Formats: sequence, C-alpha cells, structure tokens
Amino acid sequence: MLQFAWIILLFPLLGLLINLLFGKRLGKSFIALVASAAVFASLLTAVGMAAALLALPEADRSVTVQLWQWIHIGDFQVNFALLIDPLSVLMALVVTGVGFFIHWYAATYMLVDDKHQDLSLRLYGRFFIYLNFFILMMLTLVLANNYLQLYVGWEGVGLASYLLIGFWFYKPSAANAGKKAFIVNRIGDFGLALAIMWMFFLFGKQAGSLAFNDIFAALKGAPDTTIAAMTGVTLLLLLAATGKSAQIPLFVWLPDAMEGPTPVSALIHAATMVTAGVYMIARSHPLFELAPTTMAIVAWIGALTALMAASIAIVQTDLKRILAYSTISQLGYMFLGVGVGAYTAGIFHLMTHAFFKALLFLTAGSVMHAMHGELNIDLMGGLRKKMPKTYWQFLAGAAALAGFPLLAGFWSKDAILYEAFLKSPLLWGVGIFTALLTAFYSFRAVYRAFHGEPRSEHAEHAHEQPGGMTAPLWFLTAGALFAGFLGLPLMFGEHANVLGNWLGPVFADLAEGQHGGESLELTLFLVSSAIALLGIFIAYARYIPEWGWAKSLQNIFSPLQNVLENKYWVDEFYMSFIVDPLRRVGQWFYRVSDGKVIEGAVNGIGKYTVAAGAYVARLQTGLLSMYALSFFVGVALILLYFLLA
Amino acid sequence: MMTPTSFILILSAIIFTIGAVGVLVRRNALIIFMSVEMMLNSVNLTLVAVANQWGNLTGQIFAFIVIAVAAVEVAVGLAIIIAIVRHKDTTNIDEVHLLKG
Repeated sequence: MLQFAWIILLFPLLGLLINLLFGKRLGKSFIALVASAAVFASLLTAVGMAAALLALPEADRSVTVQLWQWIHIGDFQVNFALLIDPLSVLMALVVTGVGFFIHWYAATYMLVDDKHQDLSLRLYGRFFIYLNFFILMMLTLVLANNYLQLYVGWEGVGLASYLLIGFWFYKPSAANAGKKAFIVNRIGDFGLALAIMWMFFLFGKQAGSLAFNDIFAALKGAPDTTIAAMTGVTLLLLLAATGKSAQIPLFVWLPDAMEGPTPVSALIHAATMVTAGVYMIARSHPLFELAPTTMAIVAWIGALTALMAASIAIVQTDLKRILAYSTISQLGYMFLGVGVGAYTAGIFHLMTHAFFKALLFLTAGSVMHAMHGELNIDLMGGLRKKMPKTYWQFLAGAAALAGFPLLAGFWSKDAILYEAFLKSPLLWGVGIFTALLTAFYSFRAVYRAFHGEPRSEHAEHAHEQPGGMTAPLWFLTAGALFAGFLGLPLMFGEHANVLGNWLGPVFADLAEGQHGGESLELTLFLVSSAIALLGIFIAYARYIPEWGWAKSLQNIFSPLQNVLENKYWVDEFYMSFIVDPLRRVGQWFYRVSDGKVIEGAVNGIGKYTVAAGAYVARLQTGLLSMYALSFFVGVALILLYFLLA
Repeated sequence: MMTPTSFILILSAIIFTIGAVGVLVRRNALIIFMSVEMMLNSVNLTLVAVANQWGNLTGQIFAFIVIAVAAVEVAVGLAIIIAIVRHKDTTNIDEVHLLKG
C-alpha cells in the first residue's frame, strides 16, 4: 500500500491547479471547498500511511518510495523519493490535520479583507492557491528522503511564507515584512546549502547519494576527520534551523510576519513551517549526536530564545505579536528538547504546540474580526460576555500554552524540562523560569482582552465569530486539551507514552537515556505545575483585582520594561551593524562597479561604434560620380598591380 | 589592306576613355548613359578586333552577347531615368542622392 503514498502530494497539487485554472469561474465557496478537500484527502492519506506503518514490524517501519530519478552523475545519484517512517508520518499528520482545520476556518475568515471590505474573488482564490502550495511544499519537506529534496521543500515553504506574509501587498508594512522574512530566511538557507555541499563532499563518493539513510550508514566507520567535520556540518544545519524556526540570532522576522492574514500566522508561522527546523534537527540526529558541541549550542540557543522571547511577550500589547513572541519562545523549548537529545519530547512539544498555537491564533483572528481589525489588548476588555465561544476557545489555548496541569502544553513542556534537568539543572532553571513568564503573559492576554470592562467603542460592539469558523476551532480546542495524553511520562507506565513508542524506531539508534527515577519525575512534575499556577495567579492578581503588591511588583521591574518594550534593540542593532553597512556596500557597487565599470564598458562600446560609423558614413555622399570615380580608381589600381607584377 | 589591329585597339581605348571621362564629369543622366554605351561598344570593338587577329569566333559571338545585354540594360536604364524624371523633374544626378549616408 505504501507505494501509493505519493498521492499525499498529488491532492494539494491538484487543488491548487484546479483553483488556478478554474477558480475564477467557480466562485468562492467552490474554491474553499476544493482547497480544503485537497488537504482533507491528504490527511486521510497520512492516516492511511500511519495505519500501514503500524501493520509492519517495528524494525521495518522505514519505507522508501522511489518516485523518479532526479540526478544521476557517475556513481552519485539523487532520487525524488519519499521516506515514510513514524517521524515523517507524524509530521505529515500534524501538517495536514492542523492545515485542514485552518483551511476550513479560512474559508469563512477570508471572505473579508484587512479593512473589513468584501475580498475580491481573485484574491480569495489566490489565497487558497498559496495555502495549497504551502501544504504541498511542507509535505515535500517532511517526506523527503534526502537532503536535496528537503532543501526543495525548505525553499518552497519559504516562498509560500513570503507570498502569504505580503498577501495584503498594498500595505507597505506587509510588503516589507514579507521581504524581511524572506531575506532573513535566506541567511539560514545559505547554511543549509553549505551543509549539503559539505555532506556531498564528505559522503558523495562513499554513500553515492544524499539520502538520509545512506549518509547515516556511511557515518559508521567513517574516519575521524569526517566525524570531526560533523561539528561544522551540524553548525551550518543549525544556522538553517535558526532561520526557519526563528531562533536567536535570526528570530527577528517572525514578529513582523504577523502582517499576514491570521490563518497564515496560524498555519505557517505557528503550527507548521517554523517547526521545520526542529524536524530537520530531529531527522539529522545521527549527525548531531556526533557533535556534542553543536548539541550544547542548540540547547542553549533554545533556552535563551525561550527566555528572551517570553520576556518580550510580557510587554507587548498587540495580541498577535504576543502570540508571535510566544511562538518563538515555544520553538525555543523545542530546540532545548532536541538539544539535550530529547528528540521525542521536542517533537511531542512540536505537535501539541501546533494544536494550541493554531487555536490561539485563529481565536485571535475571531477577536480581530469582532474588533474591526483592532488587535491592541489595551483597547479590548470584556469580550468574554460578547463572544463566549471565542473566550472558552482562547482560554483553552492559553491554558495549554501556560502549561496548566494536565493540558497539552503541560505534558510536552514537562517532558522537555525533565530531560533538560537530567542534562543540566541550569538549562532546566532557564526553562522553568520561562514557564513562569509564559503562564503570566498568556493569562495577561486572557485577562486584558476578555475580562473587565470594554475599553473602546469596538469592544463595546464586538460580536461572536460567524458560524463557519466555530467548528474547526472546537476541533483544535479538543487538540489543545487532550493531545498531551499521547505522551504521558514514564511514571504512568511503559506504555503510557504512545507518541514515544510510535517514534521509538526512528530514534532506536540512540543510547538509552539516563533515567532520574520516578521520584525526581514526580517532583519536577509538581514544580512545573506550581510554577504554571503561580504565573497564572500573578497575572490574575495584577489584572483582575489589581492588588497593590502585584502593581508594585511591576514597579520593581519598570527599568526592565523599557528594554523589553524595545525588544532588546535587536532590530536596531541589526539595522545599524548589518543592514546599513551592507546597504552602503551595495550602494558603492551600484555606483562604482555597476554604474561606472559595467555600464561604462557596455555604453562605451556602443558609443564608439556609433561615432566610428558616423565618421565612415561621410564616404557615402550619394553623389553618383563620386562612386564612379572611386570605382574607376579601384579598377585602375588593380590593373596597375597586374601590370607591374 | 587590313587595318592593323593595334590601330583598332588604340581607337577602342580612346573611345573607352571618352566614355569613362563622360561618366565621371557629366551631370546629365542621359549623357552618362550614352557614355556608358560608348564604353561598352569600345569593348565590343576590342573583342571583334582581337577575334579577327587570332581567327577565333569566340570574341565575335561574345560581342553579340554584349550587344544583347546592352539593349536590355538600355531598356531598364531608360525606365529608371523616366521614373526619376517623373519623380523629381530633373535629369541631374547630383540632385538625386537618396543613398547619402
């Protein structure tokens, strides 16, 4: 059965082609139906793939489906092929599952544009074409069986992201955000390209391909120099991952990416594309395992990004930006997870995060509709009574994000923190402090937006989300509440960790990790529960009864507030130390190299040819007798020559 | 007594030169045309004379071909001159310099 797995790519391709060719004639509801049905068909295919894998014995759960030969030079060949194993199928399930609900939601959401006017049929169709294209590319990325194909998907999702961030192209801020995302991502992609070239150099002869399995097989018994080079390769891969997954130092594009329509923020910039970096590291784990230095850097980048982004999220007032920084922070957790070798936990958090963050973004979209495009939480308040469904959905998402005990985010974050503690209590400390901040800022958003009295005209007249958007949100709510039970920790028994067992074959090559014992697990479990509740309580104290001590707590940190509101001046730093100097270099090349040298040479050739022509043209007088004379003189000279010779 | 071939060749050269100078110095298209005819006929004279000298018929036949071609050329040339006259109302070739670069 698995040899037909390629149809998972066929559906989004068909969807986008149908909408591209016939969409304009068939109307909005048809466009949305085709696009969503395509993703749903892919989801069913992914479920089928999971079932087919389950039927195989554990050791055989890695199937390669060859589609066609792509590159074949001498002994080296790269095929377009799908690698179907528990990890890629899980990713495909998350992408198509969350993607389907978001398509469904967008069918209603995108009926109006950013100014609450009717969206034109053309743009509506274009939006769904881009979305299907994104799904196609994301599936290409996660199902790739070699690095080159992964690179194709990697670039493809980057393109989709660029197109969708700049979807409101008439807004300069959106167009600039799209460019920024694309350019910052290019820096990371450059790392990926170099890493692939390096791997080609190291393994091209020996493995004869760039397929994951071949490269990992070639690692066994490779000379020491190759093993040492892994540190460099993995650092380049890490650069790529920090770009795509918005980690330090390349995280700056993600907050700006919120300029895109909200379903895009949910799908691309929260649930799926940004997790590609985590997926890529987990997929390349045999390389990373050989480079302990890189692993430590991954873990620390993750922890620091989590902390930094969470601290910025505390002072943001734009609802979507709070969620954007929270996404960066949560991606930091995933990096922390894979960095300490807890790949299963990292992927687990990736999955639960996809549910609750997609939910949060989509409910934020509902709020945005209700508020006529206003996203400032200072101008909200009291929305709980106006839009109760949205309130409960947002609350579920926020609680899951905050790590409220027994919800999705709690289990996965706890799994990461537990493994981090075993590796280094310091990493755990950073993580747990971030968890406190996370609980605080997520409930700050809940209390500011939904509780209290309305603080603006729009908030007074907010209305509940339209019916078409409700159903997908309930599905995602269920995910945010219960997805965590797929990955229960060890203290609930060997078989409680369904996800861990599912992913087991992928990470079977890893040495059995150390165990801290059940008492440690329970202690950390209780600590993180307490921390989450403490964060929620502080938010409550500060924003609902507005107790004095909570306010004075804010005063203590007021010197920090300025730093946080300016996001540590990272954007400004990049602007003046990287972007501006590069621009000046570009200007110089534009003026001197391009303007003088190249243009001078090209224009010069033309100019001198014209001048020479004008000079020679003087011979052509148009006087017949002159021509005749030159003719006679010529003949005379020739005759003279023969006479003398 | 036969006229020596050299006399005929000298006469032919003189006619040719008159024709060539006529082409170069005259402005009237018709005169230039006549000068060209003189040059052609001087060549004919040469061909016939030399053919006679060597007792070879090739040159004489060649002269007939030249006469036939000259007749054709006259037809075309006169047509062009008439067209120019209709167009510009002149036969002065200095006033017809459309090919000036």
